[in-house]
Amino acid sequence: MIDWVALSIFVFFFLLVTVIGFVAARWRRGNLKVLEEWGLAGRKFGTVITWFLMGGDLYTAYTFVAVPGLVYAVGAQGFFAVPYTVLIYPLAFLVLPRFWSICKANGYVTPSDFVEGQTGSKTLALLVALTGIVATMPYIALQMFGIAVSVAQMGINPEIALIVAFVILAAYTYTSGLRAPALIAMVKDGMIFIVLFATIIAIPIALGGFGPIFKAAADKAAATNTFHLILAPSQFAPYATLVLGSALALFLYPHSLTGTLASASPEVVKRNASILPAYSLLLGLLALLGYMALAAKVTPPKAYGANGIVPALIAAQFPSWFAGFSFAAISIGAMVPASIMSIAAANLFTRNIYRPYLRPNYSGSEETTVARVASLAVKLGALLFIFLIPTQFVITLQLLGGIIIIQTLPSVFVGLFTRWFHKWALVAGWIAGMATGIALFIEAHNNSTYTFVIGGHPIGVYSALSSVVINLVVTVLLTPVFNSVPARPRGTEKAAA
Amino acid sequence: MDARRPRKGAGWLLLLFLVPFVGLLYPPFYNLTKPELIGIPFFYWFQLAAIVVTALITFVAYLARA
Repeated sequence: MIDWVALSIFVFFFLLVTVIGFVAARWRRGNLKVLEEWGLAGRKFGTVITWFLMGGDLYTAYTFVAVPGLVYAVGAQGFFAVPYTVLIYPLAFLVLPRFWSICKANGYVTPSDFVEGQTGSKTLALLVALTGIVATMPYIALQMFGIAVSVAQMGINPEIALIVAFVILAAYTYTSGLRAPALIAMVKDGMIFIVLFATIIAIPIALGGFGPIFKAAADKAAATNTFHLILAPSQFAPYATLVLGSALALFLYPHSLTGTLASASPEVVKRNASILPAYSLLLGLLALLGYMALAAKVTPPKAYGANGIVPALIAAQFPSWFAGFSFAAISIGAMVPASIMSIAAANLFTRNIYRPYLRPNYSGSEETTVARVASLAVKLGALLFIFLIPTQFVITLQLLGGIIIIQTLPSVFVGLFTRWFHKWALVAGWIAGMATGIALFIEAHNNSTYTFVIGGHPIGVYSALSSVVINLVVTVLLTPVFNSVPARPRGTEKAAA
Repeated sequence: MDARRPRKGAGWLLLLFLVPFVGLLYPPFYNLTKPELIGIPFFYWFQLAAIVVTALITFVAYLARA
């Protein structure tokens, strides 16, 4: 049954955002035919805009739906998103200002540009670009899934809604580039904050405080052995490695780096490392919605499982108009990262695949046209993903995405601090890490943690972490080997390089 | 262009970054239900509090130009 009140509110906010998305083209006007303007908004965003942009970029709608869903389904283990999104900031503080400075000085738009500049290896740059695009695709698809879950709760056919959302998203991203998600992020965050404060205050009051909420979780923990109020000892190693591995991987995603490079200075990046954690607090409080759903005895819709628990709880606890507002917030919250991700993937395709391999010597304006079309193609791919592939498989691919993207750590972030690594050793490390990570993932039956048995004790380790260790070890061991091989003479003038 | 160069002698402040890593990457340290805070078990409010503490450490490092 269609909830008309909720739907009217929802449509109103969606239209508002559409208008903002197109108006964004004129905001802080720049020549949108230049890739640094379309794809990085001219590297001019100050502290506040960067805060909104990165907040919308890193804390995606899918996160806001999936984390409470995981807490609802398995308990304490689902809370790993909180320490994970804490530890990213000291790492960001150490790494990103330097990354920003080198990219700005050399006009780099993508992490692959950086890798090619540092190592001189086109092969490595191509690998980094492909890794980024492959890891991003299922992530965009899951943003679409976030929209589907929300609109389905209002009784709307999610497939029609997704096609409409896709057209809007594609059109304003094409026109305005990175300016669109940045401007929309400000509206979206205002909405998300209202939803958060309403849920985190009104629902506990209605349920009689946090005591009964955690009592419901404790009761579920006592009744089943797959759900824990605090970690079981066997979960310590998986929890800690998931936290560390995810934290190391997050800023390697192309969309995270795109958001970073759009800021105006290294100081903006550093300031944001201490104000972005506000979103982690928000995420931590939202995670507790999983337990509130238990206490309120809300069950998720069959079609979406635990990932549908947040919309179901909101629909059960609030009047229709507020539910519509909340679903609009979640859906708009999905459009922002989907837009940035498609821009990031398009930048990679244009700069690091199209230019070097398909059409060297193109003009600057052709560059942006290619990026615009590529951003459309990426989003269309993500839409087909979500229509044609079972959602569970898309979620599996996104889990695998973390294991894949972390293989660029030695080339991108370690490469910031040392040029000691040999380029072919980095390629070999990438291959070894990728093979190990995918093998462990499949061996664990599509699970991101693999349980090693060491001295008779089972120890679960997040495969992103174990595989990137293999990657680093191979890179370090092979560097002296490749260095000792004399470079093939490629004409006398290049021999010195 | 870069008016805020790192200040000499403030680099040691970066060692403070070890605090959240050590504190959060060893779960047995905080995997407790008691003491509760307004009905929230320790495991949850400790990690929420760690967000604030880590943000403050990062802010101090920024102010000190570490």
